[in-house]
Amino acid sequence: MWDRRTRARAREETRMGKHVVLVEDETNIAEAIRFLLSRDGWRVETLANGGNAAQVIRAARPDLVILDVMLPGKTGFEILAELRCEDSLAELPILMLTARGQSRDRERALAAGVSRFMTKPFSNDEMVTAVRELTSGTVS
Amino acid sequence: MPHDTVTGSRIRERRVMQGIKQADLARKIGISASYLNLIEHNRRRIGGKLLLDIAATLEVEPQALTEGAEAALLAVLDEAAQAANLSADDTDQAEAFAGRFPGWAQALVASQRRAAALERTVEKLSDRMAHDPHLADAMHELLTTAAAVRSTAEILADDATLEREWQDRFHANLDVDSHRLAQSAQSLVGYLEQMKGAPGGVKSPQHEVEQYLAQHDFHFPRLEASGGAAEVDAVLTQDAAALSEAARFILRAVLMQVSEDARALGLPRLEESVAAIGVDPVALAARLHVPVAIVLRRLAALRDVGAGLVVCDRSGTVIFRKSIDGFSVPQFDSCCPLWPLFGALAAAGTVLHERVGQLGRGQVQFDAYATTELGQAPGYNTPALARGMMLLVPAPPGDVSRAVAAVGATCRICPQTHCPARREPSILKS
Repeated sequence: MWDRRTRARAREETRMGKHVVLVEDETNIAEAIRFLLSRDGWRVETLANGGNAAQVIRAARPDLVILDVMLPGKTGFEILAELRCEDSLAELPILMLTARGQSRDRERALAAGVSRFMTKPFSNDEMVTAVRELTSGTVS
Repeated sequence: MPHDTVTGSRIRERRVMQGIKQADLARKIGISASYLNLIEHNRRRIGGKLLLDIAATLEVEPQALTEGAEAALLAVLDEAAQAANLSADDTDQAEAFAGRFPGWAQALVASQRRAAALERTVEKLSDRMAHDPHLADAMHELLTTAAAVRSTAEILADDATLEREWQDRFHANLDVDSHRLAQSAQSLVGYLEQMKGAPGGVKSPQHEVEQYLAQHDFHFPRLEASGGAAEVDAVLTQDAAALSEAARFILRAVLMQVSEDARALGLPRLEESVAAIGVDPVALAARLHVPVAIVLRRLAALRDVGAGLVVCDRSGTVIFRKSIDGFSVPQFDSCCPLWPLFGALAAAGTVLHERVGQLGRGQVQFDAYATTELGQAPGYNTPALARGMMLLVPAPPGDVSRAVAAVGATCRICPQTHCPARREPSILKS
């Protein structure tokens, strides 16, 4: 009885809090971003593999997705396309990270419907600012 | 005739080299000095006994004065003239030049040969730069590690109140990443060092043609409308005059094909059918009553399909390419034999359809359609020309309905570890 109530409350909190799914296979980058965003009040869920990322995101319905381009399993572009082809996820803010400064990547990402594009190495301020701006209308 | 213009110069050259005066030579062979002067300045034709006498007096083979020895030299001078875009008038003076200034001609020939060899090396290297997955990976590694270092260091620097365990954690991460950064920077530098001195910007005729076609979006309304050899030649002279002669030769064949294809299958007709049944080459060919090979080429010309095309001859040499991002067709190395293009050559008449992706990070997938086109039989008991053709249509993003065959670009830069078709070891360290 008590247990069920606690779980229900946890679910409630989850729904209330700001939730970001971070798909990044570089553990140390993921750790730094997780720390930064946690401090900013985010609940950060990290995925290191692209293979099932779209599935997890579809189920989790986060407020924001941060997506690396080069991932094992599946590329960020493929995940992006999978997410955008679903109507209910059309508005989901997606921030994409790449370690190749190639304009080709940027164009491709924009064409595929990315919300914002950021090249590594980025500064922590840039990251936090981008996340705040991307979600300014949707989360408090 | 050209030989006559140079023999005199050679006689003069030989005479001067041996320090014999014009008048002395003239006297020995029994002609006037002024006549010899005319001969030496290529104003009089010379042959027969007089030539033999002069050769004997100068102690050279008569042929050395008239022909042969410099045929190869003249061929290279011709190349040099073409490379420098000399006018036809200037080009025609190659013989006179070689006759009058043999030393300089030799020097020019030597540097022309060297330039040709260097050009090839440079082309190979810039090809490698552009399509080198190792370089791309090394850059990726470097930037990724730099990103981790930067974020971690900023957290440590900015937050004085950071709890002890987080501090320790991030310090440890920083330590690992900085080692990794140093290593990847070193390996990148080592790699770049190997390819030092490789400037870009050199083009092969094939490359020139592809660039020209890309500028025109692989689309020639003039040829679509009427076509024919006259129209093709008009395009070549009016529009492609800036290309090298070799490039124009290649381009002519391509444009002839375009105009032939346009007659067999107009683009609007194809567009209509694509709208009705999609990009399905075999179904389109059946519906439109044209060979599949033509459908493949025409689909490549449709902008909305956004497909790439690779054509090879029976030897497997790539003779046409419409490049597409994500599928590298090596310019100088031999291609990966696993491509459906070559499978189709080996199974003439069959149309292959395979989902392919080139190995490496950030793999892009394509639906490859390949077939072989047999040309007109040139006669009895003579094999017809055959061309392999492969259309590369970008696979729908996220589509996993077909298994993907992993192929490479060329062995030397292919990361595949166990490949039965490998011809040479990869230069990539795994």
